[in-house]
Amino acid sequence: MLTLNLKNKVALITGSSRGIGKTIAIEFAKAGADIILNSSKNIELINKISKEISDKYGVKVLPLVFDVADSKSVDVAYKAIYKEFKQLDILVNNAGVLESSLIGMASNDIVNNNIDINLKGSIYNIRSASRLMLRQKSGSIINLTSIMGVQGSEGQAVYSSAKAGIIGLTKSTSKELASSNIRVNAISPGFIDTEMSKDISKEMYAQRVESIKMSRVGKAEEVAQLATFLASDISSYITGQIIGIDGGMVL
Amino acid sequence: MTNIEKLKKTFSDSLGIDKATVVPELAYNSIDQWDSIAHMSLIALIEEEFDIMLDTDEIIDMSSFQVACDILGKHNVDIKS
Repeated sequence: MLTLNLKNKVALITGSSRGIGKTIAIEFAKAGADIILNSSKNIELINKISKEISDKYGVKVLPLVFDVADSKSVDVAYKAIYKEFKQLDILVNNAGVLESSLIGMASNDIVNNNIDINLKGSIYNIRSASRLMLRQKSGSIINLTSIMGVQGSEGQAVYSSAKAGIIGLTKSTSKELASSNIRVNAISPGFIDTEMSKDISKEMYAQRVESIKMSRVGKAEEVAQLATFLASDISSYITGQIIGIDGGMVL
Repeated sequence: MTNIEKLKKTFSDSLGIDKATVVPELAYNSIDQWDSIAHMSLIALIEEEFDIMLDTDEIIDMSSFQVACDILGKHNVDIKS
């Protein structure tokens, strides 16, 4: 069996108070990484998760509350990370929102939230993380895009735009940072069983499952295992890739 | 070694230029060796040497050796000694 080892690595997972982000943080801790948890507002919750992870897996965990869409807060957060760890080996750009709307009814708030959190947040974090990684001449950056960013989806034009932007971001930064041994890849999940995926109607949920060739929703753990692979040195020659994890879903 | 000497050496090592050419007027993009790619490597070395983390605006603004000295001063690095 393939054993993925993240010992002596420090990983920041944005949006890790729930769902896929929290599950990735747990998988990374299991593999021995020290963890930086992030939430935009819920300090009690990430403090609680932080304690649970450090007690269970014996790794160092730093909970940080900052808004990924606020560039100044991101700068401050990375200063705190540098002060605490002096290194950053893995960044997972997971923080995101899914606000659906037909294009003709997309309010400015929906446009701004989708773009600011999903896309600008990833840009700000890569900008700061890559600078820490440049010093050590190594690193793995994993961006969460979506099947909707690859294939497009009715009623999710704005969200899809932001997620498609993440694909461009992944490909461009992978080229820019490869010579410094910093890898950048993206995970493109299909329909995954999280609290966020339950925000849609029962009809829509059933329709989504029908569009999956494997006839089931994905598990957050399955996405987290892929993230662990991309974070580890086992994937040391993989960069600039958009890896689908969707059970054969067709939108 | 004083801080200004350390900074000159960092510029010289990072950009691969003679230490004597590291003068206050030395400007970003004025020589082939100090282009945008070299700038990011230079920033990484400066941050490591002085154990600081610069703001994004400071990285963009660091247009000459003199400006680099001024920015380090703001991070409480005594650049005169």
